[in-house]
Amino acid sequence: MKLSDVVQIVNGTVLCGQENLEREVRLGFASDLMSDVLTLLADDILLITGLSNNQAIRTAEMSDILQILFVRNKRPTKTMLDLAHEHGITVITTPYSMFRSSGLLFKNGLDPVY
Amino acid sequence: MHVSYEVRAGDFSIAGKVSSTVKGILKQLNLTPAHVKRIIVALYEAEVNVVAHSFGGKIDCDIDSEQVVITVSDTGPGIADLELAMTEGWSTATAEVREMGFGAGMGLSNIRKNTDILKIDTGKGKPTIISMTFRLAEGAEHA
Ligand SMILES: Nc1ncnc2c1ncn2[C@@H]1O[C@H](COP(=O)(O)OP(=O)(O)OP(=O)(O)O)[C@@H](O)[C@H]1O
Ligand SMILES: [Mg+2]
Repeated sequence: MKLSDVVQIVNGTVLCGQENLEREVRLGFASDLMSDVLTLLADDILLITGLSNNQAIRTAEMSDILQILFVRNKRPTKTMLDLAHEHGITVITTPYSMFRSSGLLFKNGLDPVY
Repeated sequence: MHVSYEVRAGDFSIAGKVSSTVKGILKQLNLTPAHVKRIIVALYEAEVNVVAHSFGGKIDCDIDSEQVVITVSDTGPGIADLELAMTEGWSTATAEVREMGFGAGMGLSNIRKNTDILKIDTGKGKPTIISMTFRLAEGAEHA
């Protein structure tokens, strides 16, 4: 699905990377454990996380993940958004929980990594 | 090519800065995305470990056309039981480290999976020196 579909499905707000909403994303991975994220080898992953700090953005950068969905209205700081912008990472936030966001995205065709 | 950077202990606001800089260098040197990814994942895990678990240290990278050798060394307190520390799920991370999204006890095994040669010199009350070799040659692609 396109990132614009993700935004619509989770009732999300785009905080950074508005220009990339036509980008395709194939897989979803939900975790608050950054070392878990760092084991992923696949490309085109949407990271769904409740962990809103610099390391979430850094982990995405190191893993070549180009889109992050923050759940439960987590508000990334300006520093985080600057870092995301620098690395072409799109940041979306949703009021929904990790469970609800993942469920909706899965139901609409976003595949799991495992 | 040789580059060297300092890593400060405890400062999570900048953890990953060195890995980010090295990633930029590797990309500029036109390494394949697969090579860059496994080098950087291993380096980032090692860098975060220095920030999270050590008194601070440094990162040295030697890059040539055949291989990338990265040495991550700190000034202690060392790992008393390395075999235990390499076990997935084993961690002494503090609550603060866990809040940062780390402390799953997966870093060292992540490092092992991504390196061609891994040497770790450590011990209770000693520095920890991690030497990671990544081969770049055709056909040497890590499984
Ligand atoms: N540089 C280091 N100095 C001292 N102890 C270390 C160092 N690196 C790792 N350790 C010890 O080894 C344990 C396991 O490290 P590992 O990287 O596998 O997991 P972690 O850092 O606890 O969690 P994760 O990496 O999954 O976020 C650590 O909890 C810590 O006790
Ligand atoms: Mg670690």
